[in-house]
Amino acid sequence: MTIINDFDYVRPTNLKEVFKLLNQNKSAMLLAGGTDLIGNLKEEVIKPKLLIDIKNIKGLNKIKYAKNELLIGALVTFDDLIHSQVILNKCPVVMEMAKTVASKAIRNRATMVGNICSAVPCMDSGAILMVYDARIVISDGKNEWDEPVKKWFKGPRKTILKKNQMVMGIKLPIPKGDHSGVYMKLGRYKGEDLAQATCAVVLSKKEGIKISFGSVAPTPVRALSIEKFLKNNELNEQTVNEIKKLVEKEISPIDDIRASKEYRMHMVKIMLERSLVIAKERLVNPAPAYGISHL
Amino acid sequence: MNQEIKVMVNGEKRKIEVKPTDILLDVLRNKLGLKSPKCGCGRGDCGTCTVLINGKSVKSCLVLGIEVDGQEVTTLEGLMDNGLLRVQEKMLEGNSFQCGFCAPGFIVMSHELLEENPGPTKEEIKEAMAGNLCRCTGYTPILEAIEKTCGCKE
Repeated sequence: MTIINDFDYVRPTNLKEVFKLLNQNKSAMLLAGGTDLIGNLKEEVIKPKLLIDIKNIKGLNKIKYAKNELLIGALVTFDDLIHSQVILNKCPVVMEMAKTVASKAIRNRATMVGNICSAVPCMDSGAILMVYDARIVISDGKNEWDEPVKKWFKGPRKTILKKNQMVMGIKLPIPKGDHSGVYMKLGRYKGEDLAQATCAVVLSKKEGIKISFGSVAPTPVRALSIEKFLKNNELNEQTVNEIKKLVEKEISPIDDIRASKEYRMHMVKIMLERSLVIAKERLVNPAPAYGISHL
Repeated sequence: MNQEIKVMVNGEKRKIEVKPTDILLDVLRNKLGLKSPKCGCGRGDCGTCTVLINGKSVKSCLVLGIEVDGQEVTTLEGLMDNGLLRVQEKMLEGNSFQCGFCAPGFIVMSHELLEENPGPTKEEIKEAMAGNLCRCTGYTPILEAIEKTCGCKE
């Protein structure tokens, strides 16, 4: 398959040049891993006149932890997330999520920032970012500021990012004290597949429980009503049915080639129940180990 | 417009003229005559175009040729500089492939896996091969050959 539409390609080595090019070319696009972008170029979903490859910009491939906050740079790949000692120590559930992304050869290339810039509803990182109240670091070359992730997604493949802006990284505030997390991804089979539904739960002693779903609505969903319910109620055989009813209000899955909406709805309820149990277990024990499938 | 890129391909310095729109897979096959990476799906699903960039596996159908300027690209041809790899010998012994179209991808992936993790479990082998499709064999003989290569039990 070849790319029909012509474009120019540049690989600047500093950010100043990137923003100059972005401002000069309305139809320029940024290229990091390219695993979504090049597919879209081939299928003529996008027709940029210029590709700005940011892989030579220094400093964007770092994972840093400071002041209870994790910074994931724009060039950090999913494979980097799997092998990062910082991630493993501070929030292993990010590794658990990264392991479910596509396959090794894609993870070597694909970045988490690229994942949220593509903003395809079945993206893997959406639910995790929602559940951690992540902040997206945006720059226009003059200023740099954060936007909360709940404002970031505008709809399928739509974000608040403007043409002359670039995402520098993602900040994940890590709950103080002990916390545990669970990420579950439902696919048609084990191995490489896009998500039919995803579920992320973070449980901390100080901040309580946070719940989020992905791939079951136009954008990732934070299940605030369930979080509120669980503040006053324990998970048990009686309350589990009430929680499942709340799930129906929080998500709006669709029928598509990968699953029916009924199946998605049914499975999200089961995934949530299981995630709540595992999160609780993980808060006291290191088991079940992070990074293995729970489905 | 053509641009010249310098790439270390299979240990050899190469200068290649590419257009920005050229896909790495096509550059390797058509400009350099390296025919081991193949085009199966052209969208990163099947893994038969897998090559290594700076030692890390990528799907070369989702990389632009121009992106590898200044990088190191290794195809199966490069891995076989000193003859068959051990994993290939095991694959031959076990008759792992039928049509063989997916073989280069599987071999490159298993090479990367064993470089990163010389003693993988069966589950880790499956996980590493998850991005490669084989429509002939049902995978068992391929996975068994890799298991035999690293002497893995469970």
